Amino acid sequence: MAVIRGKQLDLTKVRPYGDSINDGALQLSFTLPIPLTPEAVEAARQMAQKLGLRDPSVVHSQDLGGFSFFIVYGHTDRSVDMTQIQVPKVEGKVFSRPEADQEIRRRFGRLLVVVGACIGTDAHTVGIDAIMNMKGYKGHYGLERYVMIDARNLGAQVPPEALLDYAIKHRADAMLVSQVVTEKGFHRQNLSRMVELVEASGIRDHMILICGGPRIEHKLALELGYDAGFGRGTYAEHVASFIIDKMTERGLT
Amino acid sequence: MHLGLDPGKIRHAREIARAITEPILIKILAHTTDSVERATLRLMGLDGADEDDIPYPNILVRHLRDRLGEGLAPLVAQAAKDRGLSLRELAYGVSEEKIDLRDFQPADRDAAGAECERLLRENIRRVERQVAARDGFVRELGQGEPPWLYVIVATGNIYEDVVQAQMAARQGADIIAVIRSTAQSLLDYVPEGITTTGFGGTYATQANFRVMREALDEVSREVGRYIRLVNYASGLCMPEIAAMGALERLDMMLNDSMYGILFRDINPLRTFIDQHLSRMISAYARIIINTGEDNYLTTADAVEAAHTVLASDLINERFAHEAGLPADLMGLGHAFEVYPEMTDSYLYELAQALLIREVFPDHPIKFMPPTKHMTGDIFRGYALNAMFNFTGVLTGQSIQLLGMLTEAMHTPFLMDRALAINNARLMFNAARHLAENLEIKPHSWLLQRSAEVLDRAITMLERIAEIGLFQAIADGMFADIKRPPEGGKGGDGVVLKSADYANPLLKILTEKVHGRH
Repeated sequence: MAVIRGKQLDLTKVRPYGDSINDGALQLSFTLPIPLTPEAVEAARQMAQKLGLRDPSVVHSQDLGGFSFFIVYGHTDRSVDMTQIQVPKVEGKVFSRPEADQEIRRRFGRLLVVVGACIGTDAHTVGIDAIMNMKGYKGHYGLERYVMIDARNLGAQVPPEALLDYAIKHRADAMLVSQVVTEKGFHRQNLSRMVELVEASGIRDHMILICGGPRIEHKLALELGYDAGFGRGTYAEHVASFIIDKMTERGLT
Repeated sequence: MHLGLDPGKIRHAREIARAITEPILIKILAHTTDSVERATLRLMGLDGADEDDIPYPNILVRHLRDRLGEGLAPLVAQAAKDRGLSLRELAYGVSEEKIDLRDFQPADRDAAGAECERLLRENIRRVERQVAARDGFVRELGQGEPPWLYVIVATGNIYEDVVQAQMAARQGADIIAVIRSTAQSLLDYVPEGITTTGFGGTYATQANFRVMREALDEVSREVGRYIRLVNYASGLCMPEIAAMGALERLDMMLNDSMYGILFRDINPLRTFIDQHLSRMISAYARIIINTGEDNYLTTADAVEAAHTVLASDLINERFAHEAGLPADLMGLGHAFEVYPEMTDSYLYELAQALLIREVFPDHPIKFMPPTKHMTGDIFRGYALNAMFNFTGVLTGQSIQLLGMLTEAMHTPFLMDRALAINNARLMFNAARHLAENLEIKPHSWLLQRSAEVLDRAITMLERIAEIGLFQAIADGMFADIKRPPEGGKGGDGVVLKSADYANPLLKILTEKVHGRH
C-alpha cells in the first residue's frame, strides 16, 4: 500500500486528489438558465451541494446575457474501490510495422484487405485517417504504408450499407468503423446498425469487425458486437496487430 | 508586420489563376442547372411547397426537365400571365396535374422575356431594400472592429438557436452562423418553413433565415452594434440558397467554388455553374462569401499542404471576380491547423497567416481555428485557441471563427461559446496594436517560409493551368481527394443551353453589379 505524505493510500477507497491525499477535491463548471444575481450564485452553490460536494465554493461567475456561468470547487467524500474494477482490454503483442508485414507474409501469404470509413452523418475523417492514411498520426504510419495491407479508406459520412457493399465487393478481411462525434448517443445507433447489417449479410464470421474513435472504448465495442474497439492513444500498429492475431485465432486464412 | 513578398510573383500567381478559370468560365456560361433555374424562379417570387412538402420551384423544374436548355423562367412567367394566375397558383396546378406546360409555347418569346424580367425586377427590389437596410444599421449602430468574432449555433431548433444567438451577441459576438442540419448539402431542394428538429444543426430555410434575422436585428439595437448572420450557399442548392439569403438579408454565405466537389462529391461542372450564379447574387446583395480552404488541412497536412490553401484562395478569388464580386466581399479562407506539439509549429502558423493577409490585402479574410489537433483536453484546447486568437489580431485577420474548447466532442454548449468569446476578447484587446510596433527581421525564417509557400503555390497553379482544373481535381491536387469530372452527385442536373436560352436574371444581375462598381 502506497504511503503519501504519511497518509496511507487505501486502494479500496480511492478519492480525487487536489493537494493532499483523500481531500476529494473536484472542479466543475456549468451554466444555469437564469440571469446572474446573488440568488443565482447561491443556486449554483446549492446545486454543487446537492451533487454531494462538501464545502462548495463558487469561485467565478459570469453573466452570459440572460443565463449565468459558474466555476465551482468542492470536495467529495465518495470513493471508488480500485480492487473491484475490471476493464476489458485489447490483449496481445503489438507488432511494429515491419514485423506486422512479416507476420502477414508468414501466416497468410497474401495481402490483407482492410476497409474503413466514418459512418453515418459524422463528417470527421480525423480518426479513420489517423489509422489508415499513409501519413498516420503522431509519427505512427497508417495502414496504407503497410506493404502487406491493402487499405481502403472511404472517408466520412459513408452510409453503413455502402461500407458493407464495399467490404463484400473487395472481400475485406477487416472492417474499421469510425465514429468521432458522440453527441446524443448517435454513435451507438450507427455502430449498432453497422453490426446488424454485417451480421445479416452472413460475412460476420469471415471478417474482423473493429470500431474506433476518440471516445470509443473496447468495453463498449464488445457490448455492441465488435471484435475490438480502439480509442485515444491507439495507432495503426495496434489495429494491424489485433487483426493478425484475431484472424489466426479464428482460423481465417 | 509586412513580409514584403515580391509583388511580381503575386501578380504572376493571379495571372495563372485567371488562365485556370477562363476555360471553366466558358463551360459555365454554356450550361444551366436545375438549381440555377430554381433560383431564378425563386427570385421571380415563387416559393412554397405542395402537400408532400415538395417545393414549387422543384415541381416546375421537374415538370419542364426536358426544356431546361431553353431557360424556364420566361416560359413560366408567360404561362402564369396567360392564365391570370400567380406563380404559386400555376405551380399548384402543375403539382395537381391540372396544368401541363410541357408543350407550352409563348405566343411571343420577347413578351415572355419581358414579363419574366418584370417579375424579377419587382421582386429583386426587396434585395435592394435589404442592402439599404444593412447599410442603415451599420451607419446607425456601427459594427465590431475586426477581427470580427464569429460563433456558431447549431441546436436544430431555430427558436433555441435564437436564444443562443442573442446571448452570444450580448457576450460580444459580431457574427452568428447557423450550422445546417447534417447532409442538407446533398438535398436537391431547399426545405420549407420554420423547423425545430435537425441533426447537428438547423435546416437552412427561408423562413428560418427570417426568424433569425429578426432576432439579430432586435439584439443589434440592444447591444448597439450590427450583428451579422451567416448560412451556407453550398451543396446542390447553391444559387437557391444565395437567392433566399439575398431576400432575407443574410450578411455572409459559406460559398466555395470547389468544396462541394471535393468534400461532398458533387459533380464538378454542376458546382462550377452553381457557384457562379450564387456569387452573382451575392455580389448584388452585398453578401460576403466565405471560402472553405480550411477543410483541405483536415485531410492533408498543414505544413506540407500550406501552398494548396493559397493556390485555392487564388482560384476562388478569380472565380469570385468573374461573378462580379469585389475584393471587399471575398472572405477567402485559411486555418490554424499545424500539429501544435511540433517545435516551432507557431512559426509555421504565423508565416501562413501573414502570407495570406499580404497576398489578399483588401479581402475580409476568414481565419479558421484548430480542429484537427483538438483533443478531449479542453484546457489544452483553450490554450490553442488563445494562440489562434492572438495570431488573428496580430496579423490583422478579418473574420475570426472562434474555436471551441469542446471541438469534436459535441456541438458547443452555451458556456463553451461564452468562454470562446472571453478568450478572443482578451487576446484582441491585449494585443490590439502590437503589430504596428513590430517588424519582421530581414532574412528571417518567417520570410523564407512564406516565400517558399508562395513559390510552391505558383508551381502548383502552373501545373493546374497545364493540365486543366478538372484534371487537377481528378488527380487529387486539392485535399488529397480525387474527383473525376464525370462523377459526383447532381451531374444529371447540368444541361447545355440552347441557342435561344433566355434568363433575364443574368442580365439584371450583371448590369447592376457592374453599374455599382
